[in-house]
Amino acid sequence: MTSSVSKGCFVFKPSVKKRRKTPTVEDYFTHGSEDTENSKLRFRNCQTLWDQMKADTELLQDELNRKILDSLLAFIRKNVSTFQRGTDDWASRMRAHEIPTAALVLGVNVPDHDMTFQSLSDQLQQSVTPFVVSVQATECAALNHMIQRVLERLMGTTVSVDDEEEPERCSTNVNQKRVHCSLITLCNWYKTVTKIAASGTPGKKRTSVGKDMQQHPPIVVIFKDLEAFNPRVLQDFILICSRYVEQLPLMFVFGIATSPSTIQHMLPHSVSSLLGIELFQSLSCTQHLASIIDKVILTYQFPFKPSGKVLQVLVSIFLYHDFSVRNFIKGLQLALLEHFHSQPLSVLCCKKEEALVHATELSPRDVERLQQLPSFMRYVEEQGPQEQVELLTSDDHVKEVCQKLLKDLHKYHKNYYPILRCLHVLTASLPKYPLGKQIRELHICCLEKNVWENEEYASAMQLLRMMAKDELTSALQKCAEILKHGKAKKMRAALLQLDNLLAKFEQPDDVAAAENVAGEDLTSQGKGRQKKTDLFQLQKTLLEMKKSRRTKKMSHFEILRDQALEFIDSLVRSHLAPPESQPLYEVCYYSSSAVLRRHLNATPRTSIQTALSNPYHYLKNENLRAEDGTVSNAAPDICIVYKLHLECGRLINLYDWLEAYATVVSAAEGKDPDSADFGKVDELKHARFIQAVSELEFLGFIKSTKQKTDHVSRLTWGGC
Amino acid sequence: MAAQRQHQGYEDEKLQRVMERLPCRDVQASLLLALMGEPEQCSYPSIFIYGHRATGKSHVIHTLLKELELPYATVSCVECVSVGLLFEQVLLSLFGSDSASLLSRSPSLSDFVRVYKQLCVQASSKQTRYIVLDRAELLRDMEANLLPAFLRLQELVEDNVTVILLSEIVWDKFRPNTGCFEPLLLYFPDYSKGELQQILSEDSHPSYSPELYSAFINILLGVFYSVCRDLRELRHLVSYTPLMKEGDTHKLWRNIEPHLKKAMQTVYLREVSSVQWEQQLQKEEKEAGAVRGLSAHAHVELPYYSKFLLIAAYLASYNPARTDKRFFLKHHGKIKKTNFLKKHEKTSNHLLGPKPFPLDRLLAIFYSVVDSRVAPTASVFCQISSLVTLQLLNQVGHDDQLDAPKYKCAVSLDFILAISRTVSFDMVKYLYDFL
Repeated sequence: MTSSVSKGCFVFKPSVKKRRKTPTVEDYFTHGSEDTENSKLRFRNCQTLWDQMKADTELLQDELNRKILDSLLAFIRKNVSTFQRGTDDWASRMRAHEIPTAALVLGVNVPDHDMTFQSLSDQLQQSVTPFVVSVQATECAALNHMIQRVLERLMGTTVSVDDEEEPERCSTNVNQKRVHCSLITLCNWYKTVTKIAASGTPGKKRTSVGKDMQQHPPIVVIFKDLEAFNPRVLQDFILICSRYVEQLPLMFVFGIATSPSTIQHMLPHSVSSLLGIELFQSLSCTQHLASIIDKVILTYQFPFKPSGKVLQVLVSIFLYHDFSVRNFIKGLQLALLEHFHSQPLSVLCCKKEEALVHATELSPRDVERLQQLPSFMRYVEEQGPQEQVELLTSDDHVKEVCQKLLKDLHKYHKNYYPILRCLHVLTASLPKYPLGKQIRELHICCLEKNVWENEEYASAMQLLRMMAKDELTSALQKCAEILKHGKAKKMRAALLQLDNLLAKFEQPDDVAAAENVAGEDLTSQGKGRQKKTDLFQLQKTLLEMKKSRRTKKMSHFEILRDQALEFIDSLVRSHLAPPESQPLYEVCYYSSSAVLRRHLNATPRTSIQTALSNPYHYLKNENLRAEDGTVSNAAPDICIVYKLHLECGRLINLYDWLEAYATVVSAAEGKDPDSADFGKVDELKHARFIQAVSELEFLGFIKSTKQKTDHVSRLTWGGC
Repeated sequence: MAAQRQHQGYEDEKLQRVMERLPCRDVQASLLLALMGEPEQCSYPSIFIYGHRATGKSHVIHTLLKELELPYATVSCVECVSVGLLFEQVLLSLFGSDSASLLSRSPSLSDFVRVYKQLCVQASSKQTRYIVLDRAELLRDMEANLLPAFLRLQELVEDNVTVILLSEIVWDKFRPNTGCFEPLLLYFPDYSKGELQQILSEDSHPSYSPELYSAFINILLGVFYSVCRDLRELRHLVSYTPLMKEGDTHKLWRNIEPHLKKAMQTVYLREVSSVQWEQQLQKEEKEAGAVRGLSAHAHVELPYYSKFLLIAAYLASYNPARTDKRFFLKHHGKIKKTNFLKKHEKTSNHLLGPKPFPLDRLLAIFYSVVDSRVAPTASVFCQISSLVTLQLLNQVGHDDQLDAPKYKCAVSLDFILAISRTVSFDMVKYLYDFL
């Protein structure tokens, strides 16, 4: 068809079928995996799980924000009403010239604030006023830009929202006055709008907004990032606004990232005296994170679990780098996606019932994978020989066992979290926090190894033994409260026991004393029974007797305390084993922290340096393979130039550099080192060299300097 | 009242009302009236009024012009981002709404004069027109010909117009090099204590008797007059001091004394609004604590590495670069402070303020200060720029932003000490000034 003699362009219209196919997320997910069915299933699992997690976190964040938003709304409403009541009230008359301002302190991570502001302006628009504008510092470099933004957003949005006939007239108005945007325009606009509202045009928007919107809805201007604003611009804007405060019910919301004293740093007294500032402090981001972790990770509700290392990576990025809850959640999402993508057995990582169904439907390939799981192999080793053979040969048997193990795993989780919380409640108030102040630290600790083998655990127990009665009972009561929510059988049993203990604590001492005597009888009886003794046992009994003599004077409370702690200890030992000990834990736990770190905490500079000093790392070309520290002379020009520049000092002579480069490249071309034109600079080499050097400059390794002609200066230090 | 009768051409009743609304400014008001003369009389081309904040400059002018129903335009120069806006506003308020359309897109002064003349012919009136320019000091920053032109606008437009300039700065700071028409200067002195008392007592609280209220004002002035004479600030204090319970003046003092004491600590700061103020007072009745205003919340939560970056930036800003070796190398040898430094470096660096430093130095100090190994990840660099947006660091210089950006540390010593305490870093040991 295209084999015509003449040259020309041929248009190929793509066939309809081909064009329709645009890859979806699912296609990306399943791309490259041999088992499409399985990966589709995984993708669906992943999606549902993520949707659920997302919904939960959003709900939680709304809840956390609610308090501060409610108080903000109340503040704004109150000021609206004072504006409307006019000058009747003495106090409001005295403050009539102030612009009510809410200083909203939100913490240093600015991108996280967007959500808060979004919900604030949504709520304001729903219940208080349609006139809400948000401005950002980047849009307001100069005063006129700022005023323009405010006007555009106020008048523009309401025009589109309002009645149908309005737009033409209003938009032309705006266009005319664009030249001189000033607050007078806004004033006139506001008057007309409120007049229309007062005369009662029945608009669809109006009715929904309701009667709450009185005659003078306030104009709320939200300054999203106060620190970034140019102080001059802000001052002028406030000064101008204060001139119109009698005609326009203006209100400001300052989004502050650092501390409220920024207001004083940015605004001189003559300006800040025009504002009536009220302070609102949001929840600190660490608390926010704690509640997110509590809701999403420390629960058996979600089958997906990050391992200790992964969680540590996520938390340390949060604590060390950005304080951003949003990034933490994104990181968690990435871990989730990676888990489902990289682990074929994650088909089983879903709700218990579904998981059991999936387990019966495992393909032979998956069963093989299952058998190869380290935790499963460990499990097999623990079984009797007959069982071992079965497990290694019969697919059906493996599936059955797998179901059982999955059930066990779910049970393990159901027991793990309540006990973890109990232990945290008990240890969180200890001096110096031996097991961590936050529950996540304890959790990470438990994930990594047997917590009761830790020194810190021993010292925590020691400290608990010294606790006063009221402290201990209140902590135990909290534990009981936690256990009440546990649904597993074992938890209920534990709760029963704990309640018993608590009841004993409540008993007055004299009642307990009688019991005490009975208890002692029991122990002495036990001792009496011991008849046969060898030397070792004698020693042991003597030691015990000595101990018991010392403890004889133990009060009722002390005995009870020991009992309680022993009970807790036994709970910890039976339920807080690390997940590695559970067969099939790989199904639920995502543990490749290195992948996560590489994705979330990128090191561009290291990557560039690796690429330049070891091109094989990225290019995977066998010719480029070289021993440590050297670069093959067949490497790309920029690598050679980079390598040569490492040998220079702070200033690099360009000509020497070029010579050296030419020599290396000539060697690569296989020229005879003795020939006359070896290492000679021809035009092509020159051009290649210049290109490589300018690439290095672009990457920021060198820059031109005026100190010496024909030289460039190095911007990095260290040699090769 | 004898002075008033001289101002002919105005109704007595109106004059009476004006004077009532201008307490303690009788002298200035009647002087102004005298200058203005009768409505039809030709008036002086320009008047310059100056005086401190809240001495009633704008109030007097506006009340006079408004109550006496004179044609006037009042423009605040802050609002006028462009000259065009200024002209437009003047024309709008003097000649009505469609007058501004005659101006071209970016009008020059001569355009304004031309349009003014044209409109004057159409709407001729014998009354003196007044143009009030508030915050006139900003006129100096606008085009050079603006201020001289406004001073003799009467001549230029050949109309009976008076320009009144209001400012907090004395006239000497205005006078252009080239010389100009000298306006009449009128000074508004600060209110005296008695006058303040009289003014503040006027807006008495409806639920208290005027006597009691004025006693309250008296007490308040007695406490604050020595530190604060700004009427606006005093009014703020009045409105924010929780009001006394009913009773005689002796009880009054007892009731409000503690509140005044607390207000004294935060005068001028305007830290808390009334509601929060009252809540605090209630709280403090139970637990005696210091007043927590805006400045009490100076604590800033920062990520761990951001704290160290800030510490490194502070060290780089306040230590001479040559001393870095001394602080951050293990075997630096002994360097004595006195003979090590050049003369000019001997003065305290904290007195001189922060010095700019390049990014390299910041990172070098950062890596030696932070106790663990930190990979040079993108997030570390991100944190530097977010510190800049939080205004804890400042970026200086505009050349070479990509290759070698320079920064300055913008936080105070107290702030950095508090930060370093949270990461248990001994700041003072590393500061050259405290060696």
